[in-house]
Amino acid sequence: MSLKMPPPDQAVLARRGEIAAALRAIVPGDGGVIDDAKALRVYESDGLTAYRQPPMLVTLPQTTDQVSRVLKWCHANNVKIVPRGSGTSLSGGALPLEDAVLLGMARFNKVLHIDYEDRLAVVQPGVTNLGVTKAVEGAGFYYAPDPSSQIACSIGGNVAENSGGVHCLKYGLTTNNVLGIEMVLMDGEIVRLGGGRALDPAGLDLLGLVVGSEGLLGVVTEVTVRILPKPETARAVLIGFPTVESAGQCVAEVIASGIIPAGMEMMDRPAIHAAEAFVRAGYPLDVEALLIVELDGPSAECDHLIGEVEAIANQNGAMSCRVSTTEAERLAFWAGRKAAFPAVGRISPDYYCMDGTIPRRRLPEVLRRMEELSQTHGLRVANVFHAGDGNLHPLILYDANQPGQLDRAEAFGSDILKLCVEVGGVLTGEHGVGVEKRDLMPVMFTETDLAHQQRVKCAFDPQLLLNPGKVFPTLHRCAELGRMHIHNGKVPFPDLPRF
Amino acid sequence: MTQARIRPSSVDELIEIIADAAAGGGKLEIVGGCSKADIGAPREAALLDMSAFAGIVDYDPAELVLTVGAATPLSEIQALVAQSGQMLAFDPFDHGPLFGKPAGAATLGGVIGAGVSGSARLSRGAARDHLLGFQGVSGRGEAFVGGAKVVKNVTGYDLPKIMTGSWGRMVALTEVTVKVLPRGRESLTLVLDGLDPIRAQAAMARAMGSQADVAAAAHLPGPPTLTALRLDGFGPSIAARRAMLDLTLAEAGALRALSGGEADALWNSLRTLDPLADSRPLWRINTAPSQANAVIAALEMLDARWLMDWAGGLIWLTLDGNAAAIRAAAAAAGGHATLVRAPEALRATVPALHPQSPGVMALESRVRRAFDPAGVFETGRFLDAPDAD
Repeated sequence: MSLKMPPPDQAVLARRGEIAAALRAIVPGDGGVIDDAKALRVYESDGLTAYRQPPMLVTLPQTTDQVSRVLKWCHANNVKIVPRGSGTSLSGGALPLEDAVLLGMARFNKVLHIDYEDRLAVVQPGVTNLGVTKAVEGAGFYYAPDPSSQIACSIGGNVAENSGGVHCLKYGLTTNNVLGIEMVLMDGEIVRLGGGRALDPAGLDLLGLVVGSEGLLGVVTEVTVRILPKPETARAVLIGFPTVESAGQCVAEVIASGIIPAGMEMMDRPAIHAAEAFVRAGYPLDVEALLIVELDGPSAECDHLIGEVEAIANQNGAMSCRVSTTEAERLAFWAGRKAAFPAVGRISPDYYCMDGTIPRRRLPEVLRRMEELSQTHGLRVANVFHAGDGNLHPLILYDANQPGQLDRAEAFGSDILKLCVEVGGVLTGEHGVGVEKRDLMPVMFTETDLAHQQRVKCAFDPQLLLNPGKVFPTLHRCAELGRMHIHNGKVPFPDLPRF
Repeated sequence: MTQARIRPSSVDELIEIIADAAAGGGKLEIVGGCSKADIGAPREAALLDMSAFAGIVDYDPAELVLTVGAATPLSEIQALVAQSGQMLAFDPFDHGPLFGKPAGAATLGGVIGAGVSGSARLSRGAARDHLLGFQGVSGRGEAFVGGAKVVKNVTGYDLPKIMTGSWGRMVALTEVTVKVLPRGRESLTLVLDGLDPIRAQAAMARAMGSQADVAAAAHLPGPPTLTALRLDGFGPSIAARRAMLDLTLAEAGALRALSGGEADALWNSLRTLDPLADSRPLWRINTAPSQANAVIAALEMLDARWLMDWAGGLIWLTLDGNAAAIRAAAAAAGGHATLVRAPEALRATVPALHPQSPGVMALESRVRRAFDPAGVFETGRFLDAPDAD
């Protein structure tokens, strides 16, 4: 494997027993600190299973005070921390380090407060994404971001990764649905960021900065999320197209006509066939591209918009067009898409999921060049695509038991992400950089761009103890980043007043 | 005194000017249209005039993405996207008229820097939710980018978020990329007449908790006393949602539809704040909607005039003096108060932004220093205590 993590600090490893004892004093009781080699292996990887590393120790605190004291102790003793929610990251965000304490937030699992009048819920970070919706659905509300892993992934992890989901074109990512957090900084200080129960913060939007910071800035111990009334109806349209181009054109015209669907997903031929073989969703098999367009709102709105979407689809040469008439049928349309990853898992021993975003207008070109890359690397690829927002999920099919195939899959993946950046897009739309895309960051950002980001890290964690080795390809010490360029002595605008 | 004005015509010149100020202990105040110049304490820093960084760079309506020079006038952008049936959904507005200045000078960069969002912020998100990416020059005199030009991106830290509402204290933005969204094909404003603020806030909360997808909700104590709810979208949907609101709000009274002209005038009055037109200091209070009445009750005793937007989550208020009472009332409700318009003497002593907890203030200061270590953009406008570091 090509990826290198920071070398372990031998002095810290030598103090492992002492560190375990110190943490046990802070987080006493069963399961407060885990140091048994077999038990540690449970934590050796997250959703990116190609990378594995058992942590030095695991601690599972239960209170904000314990988190604060753990971080403060580790800060004083120069011990690294890797925070972890449910461990479903697809980019290795929670990958342990050999010389770091893994701080698991699973025991922060309570819904603390629900306020229907102000439409918000205050939850602990270990509550699952779906758990928030479950807590409020009885009153007709839900929490909008819905990553595919929502049954397992935690709200704290969602905050760390700024998670999205199939409905985020209309309802936004995590960052658009979180009102406030309580967070512990690496030195143990507890801060509350965001407006809390108000919509806007009083000062700088530090909450917005922390959401999506991949566990590098602090450990979130409480989250206030916005909840929404569940729409009266949701209906889906399943549309088959003879070419990817015509499907892409249909997507562009739906949006240009003023419709923002609740969800708009595209699958290419290999993905359609894999999904249909797996779940028998009734997908047409004679098409090159399949669109699922979901409309939600009052039934009068759904009826009206379905008519408009059908008309646009037909103008773009749709080969088939089915509208869900029952909730069961709508869910069946989605079943294939939602099972696309495991479906691909059935036709290939392993697959590697990518996550670039592109300007949608470049889609035909990107898919054509991806096909060429598939030939070059000798590996097949299936595509599922959040079509509304240009977020691609190419699934590279490979067999880890065949020597060299994992390396080829990773090289293919890198080439896809470089292509996304080349056409004006980005390395990751919703899965995060983590360790997976860390070394590709210079493809998208200059050294100066990255230094401006890394100085933000220094403002929160100047000793770089929190989740090191993630997101940034090079670890620069903060003192080094802080140096100012000496300007070359040239004075511009000599006629102007000198301040 | 008159502030000196420097107008770079290129990014290279901008870099030189900022780097020179950083090296020489100079102070620069970033300005676009100067529509918000009268917010904050009086100051003497040289004005860094960004007007050269204007113009449309890229706009593709089907991509929902617009890239412009930061100093492009807001009015020009709003006219451009309206031609494609789109809008800036965070509903930004021009602060000029609030300060007796002509409309039209406000720039998108200024709107972003001040985090300006209008009535539709309630349902469609704030400026911070719509800024996708930027180019700019930091206080270090270095050009860099943050975010990107696509609607969905989590690559690296979300620096656009801290540019929004940063008041030009970290980075001189040269180019910004924002998300644009379809404008509702139709719009209907419904009003309830004569509700007291407690019943008005309760009615707005019920409407927001219903499936009617209310785009904006405001209460004007009048006279006339109006509680207004706006529905945006497709004709058949608006009709269905109106029926929902009739049912949901039956107890609060009969909903009355405004004509298009009346509706435009009403929502415009929430931008110009004409109903509050008086010479007293103007405050903007953010709170949880359910706490709005506690704030109003506390300040009405001091003869405040006010109106509510964002279903109660935003209170605009005029009141003489008594900054401490206003901030205390806002804080007691878990909110915060911004001093928007006031005579110089008051602005010289009362910070425009609500003071935060020491821990958050210190963290904020460290983050600002990360972009502007020499404090080039710290002009004294926000009356901060000098930095500990």
